Amino acid sequence: MDRFSFRMARREWRATLRRLGVYMTSITIGVAALVALHSFRHDVVRSIHAENRSLLGADARLGTNREIPDSVTAIVDSLVAHGADAARVTGLVSMALAERSGLTRLVQLRGVEAGFPFYGEVTTDPPGMWGRLSGRNALVDPAVMVQLAIGPGDTLRLGTAAFTVAGSVEGLPTDIGFQAATGPRVFIAHDQVDDTGLLGLGSLSRHNVYLRLPPGIDPDEVEEAHEEVLRATRVSLRTPEEHARSLTRSTDFLADFLGLVGLAALLLGGIGVGSAVNVFVRAHFTSIAVLRCVGATRRQVFSIYLLQSVWMGFLGSVGGVALGLVVQRFLPLLIRDVLPVEVATSVSAGSVAFGLFLGTWVAFIFALLPLLEVRKVSPLQALRLESEAAPGKDPARILAVSAIAVTVLALTLFEAPSPEAGLAFAGGLAVVTAVLSGVALGLARGTRRFFPRGAGYTLRQGVANLFRPGNQTVAVTLALGFGVLVVGVIVQLQRNLVRALSLEGGANSANMLLFDVQPGQEEGVGAILAGYSEGAPEIAPMVTARVAALNGRPVADILADSAGDERPERWTLRREYRHTYRAAVKDTETVVAGEWWGGGGPAEGALARVSVEEELADDLRVGVGDEITWLVAGIEIPTVVSNLRSVDWAGFDTNFFVVFEPGILEELPRTSIVLATVPGEEARARFQQALVRGYPNVSVLDLVTIRTAVETILSRVVAVIRILAGLCAAAGLVVMAGSIASTRAQRRREGALLRTLGARFGQIRRILMSEYVALGTLAALAGGALALVASWLLTVQLFGLTFAPALGAAALLWLAVVALTVLTGVASGGGGAGSAPLKALRAAAE
Amino acid sequence: MSEALQSDARAIIEARGLTRIFMSGGRPLEVLKGIDLNIGAREFVAVVGPSGSGKTTLLGLLAGLDRPTAGNVRVDGRDLGALTEDELALFRVNRIGFVFQTFHLLPTLTALENVLVPVELAGGNRGGVRLTGRAARDHARALLDRAGLGDRAHHYPVQLSGGERQRVALARAFANRPRILFADEPTGNLDADTGSTVVALMEDLNRDAGTTLVLVTHDAELAARAGRVIRLGKGRVVSDAPPVRAERFGAAPVSGQ
Repeated sequence: MDRFSFRMARREWRATLRRLGVYMTSITIGVAALVALHSFRHDVVRSIHAENRSLLGADARLGTNREIPDSVTAIVDSLVAHGADAARVTGLVSMALAERSGLTRLVQLRGVEAGFPFYGEVTTDPPGMWGRLSGRNALVDPAVMVQLAIGPGDTLRLGTAAFTVAGSVEGLPTDIGFQAATGPRVFIAHDQVDDTGLLGLGSLSRHNVYLRLPPGIDPDEVEEAHEEVLRATRVSLRTPEEHARSLTRSTDFLADFLGLVGLAALLLGGIGVGSAVNVFVRAHFTSIAVLRCVGATRRQVFSIYLLQSVWMGFLGSVGGVALGLVVQRFLPLLIRDVLPVEVATSVSAGSVAFGLFLGTWVAFIFALLPLLEVRKVSPLQALRLESEAAPGKDPARILAVSAIAVTVLALTLFEAPSPEAGLAFAGGLAVVTAVLSGVALGLARGTRRFFPRGAGYTLRQGVANLFRPGNQTVAVTLALGFGVLVVGVIVQLQRNLVRALSLEGGANSANMLLFDVQPGQEEGVGAILAGYSEGAPEIAPMVTARVAALNGRPVADILADSAGDERPERWTLRREYRHTYRAAVKDTETVVAGEWWGGGGPAEGALARVSVEEELADDLRVGVGDEITWLVAGIEIPTVVSNLRSVDWAGFDTNFFVVFEPGILEELPRTSIVLATVPGEEARARFQQALVRGYPNVSVLDLVTIRTAVETILSRVVAVIRILAGLCAAAGLVVMAGSIASTRAQRRREGALLRTLGARFGQIRRILMSEYVALGTLAALAGGALALVASWLLTVQLFGLTFAPALGAAALLWLAVVALTVLTGVASGGGGAGSAPLKALRAAAE
Repeated sequence: MSEALQSDARAIIEARGLTRIFMSGGRPLEVLKGIDLNIGAREFVAVVGPSGSGKTTLLGLLAGLDRPTAGNVRVDGRDLGALTEDELALFRVNRIGFVFQTFHLLPTLTALENVLVPVELAGGNRGGVRLTGRAARDHARALLDRAGLGDRAHHYPVQLSGGERQRVALARAFANRPRILFADEPTGNLDADTGSTVVALMEDLNRDAGTTLVLVTHDAELAARAGRVIRLGKGRVVSDAPPVRAERFGAAPVSGQ
């Protein structure tokens, strides 16, 4: 890079900017998406880690699903003796009944011991109530007040005890927006929990001890010192750091996936730059030859155009960083509800530098390929002489292509949540690029060959334009096709997910889920239900169990093995299962191996038979005939796998991993869940009141409410995805606009020539229309087909749902794309229409 | 390389057995068939001949833009065949100027900037005198003034007429005071009067700066103004003699064949 190249690049830049400025925007959009995401993630992580102790509310938290065992209590006591503070918090799910309004609601009940949280302030209305939480007083989430139509002083029935609402909890630092969505909370003093009578067997409860440790005691040391006791009692110890990490995990995951979308937009911008530079360089061949004649070296002319491309990428990136920082500022407003903390935005120097570098680099490598042609321009071309192309492969070309491949791979691996996802994404990109380019070339050739000769002149000419030398058909198809792909996948996915979620649409219209129904309560609950429900409720008994041994080998032994393909997945051996038993196969299940049992119960002396869901069987490494020993309520029950089932998990239904044959579990401690359909909002409310009064321990999930909550959260997430998909599509549009604009001079010349030959404006316009409609259709078809394949893959393989293509939406998308293409084409002012042919010809000659 | 030719101190261009074969449609096409040629310093030579006779190909070879299939070219004492592409480029910057039929001004640069290109390419090093910044611009402006375009310095090529463009191209060609100026149909795109002005300008430069002029032309009138006319036909020199009109410039042709 000598001074001459710099000077020339600077001088030419004025003209380059005019012609290629639009391409900078395509880099801008990709960079903006990435910078926004990276800075935002940085903000979230920083905010969470800065407040990690407040978010946990303690220096350490011990937690279990059972009563805190004595051995752990002893640990807590010894820590307290050394100066630590401890506070117990017991959480359980319960129905709350407002006496005055008669309304009911499933709530998360929290019994809180004084002192919690040790870090962070709890704000209440009226203020200062948190410290005075005692006796039969309760503090509630504002949502509880609204949903149950109650206020301070009202009575709230929780299980067998009644509480007076003392106020509302406005802010709890350990709070996460997400949690509130699954059920609003009611806080009572810890010593009152027993009085509610809700801590019975089988109830879903969580027992935590929060610890404030004295200086000098590190939570990790505590965990290490008592590791064996904690593991044996299955009590977990969580530190603020772990908590922060787990909180950022979900946002990380989201950011990773969105990062890939941003990356796709950036790469699309790269293709745009490449295609622009290609056209640009071709238009400059004469200038390049002249410079070579005058004495510029290959390196110098190459540098002149390389510098401009890199500068273009840099300016585009600067714009992208600016736009990204603006988006970053608005993202928290949009998804505040799903964020664990108040996120303060700040400019992250790292993200800015990353964006600037990445945009410039992508522009550089994508420009490199067409720029290599510059070196081949012979000075002879200035003398109107064709020069012979240098024979053989250009090693620099191979280098340039490798640079693109390595960059794409490195970036996807960097952005993706896992190496597999990164590889899959990079592979997907390669496939999409290949298919789109192939379709562009193949369909275009096919059209030329098989296009009806009898078609009107303007139509034939328009289609022929798709193959004019230096045509942008492939670039436009890539850009548009990619946009259609992204938008198409999102539309298709959303339609299919909503369809799967919708209760009305499915065969199963159940909307009430009752759980914790105790033995002996089934009939009474059924009697209440009978007055409200439509059709027979489905009752499924439930027994909690763990795996004790597989084919006679104790779980502890198996877990001690080093991991391998043979060893069952860790989670399958450690989790707590909820089993049911029944005589018949359900509609949502299909036996895929072995045979379902007939009636009559187990044969004398034979092992109890179980049916295992096929994917669990896979992870457990068991098949038909294998023996599983279950630990249920302290009793070991040996079983044999008699069949495997595939289960359609979609929709609200009572599905189980493992089903026992009848006659085995009946006498063991169990609860039942009941699934029923109660039509009408008012009926649902009255049914819940009746149930809570009769059976306060039974919890009711109003699935309609849950669905609304889920949809609200989903819609927020979808909004973010939409914004990024929109960015991606916008990048595609910009690239398309640029590609079309880059051939403007050529089309203007052709238009002028046609007009000189006597073509009317209308005819030229029709030629252009034919070209753009063909181009738009080509891209929409290719992108649409890919979108259908991709969304089918995602729906069926990832979400395990059935796929129904939303063809109406696809058709609308096609129309939109064609309209956009035509609009862009016409707006780019091609065809030379409107100006005198002579003027256009003269301008074109220059 | 024959001793006799090397000793010919006045020849600035010496071509020996120049042959150029192109592949055309898979078959070899011999455009130049062993041309021998000497051109003396300060000479004004016109290369004429019908289309396809190899005029432009010869020009390309003499200027080091292309490499011959056989034979060699010495320009100003350097064997062009021995130079790398980069050395050739440097050689052109310092010693050779070009004028084209279609002017070939860089459309993105102003007239002044176009003239500055060779100066800057030479790194401002013009005959051992560094010419940078302000001095370089003054130099370029003086050249434009001389071409009668002092007031058009900041115009872009599209804003200039054909004759003006060619005069800018001439100023550019002379920016580094080349030893040789090659011109390819310099008046081909100009009307007679404008063409005449441009040629007069070239003649002035030839006289004042002692520049060797080699121009390819179809224009008999233009050829008649040269001191020597080399006529090509089917890749060979058909005739090589002073024009029919009386010689106007002192330099006599260095004997060729």
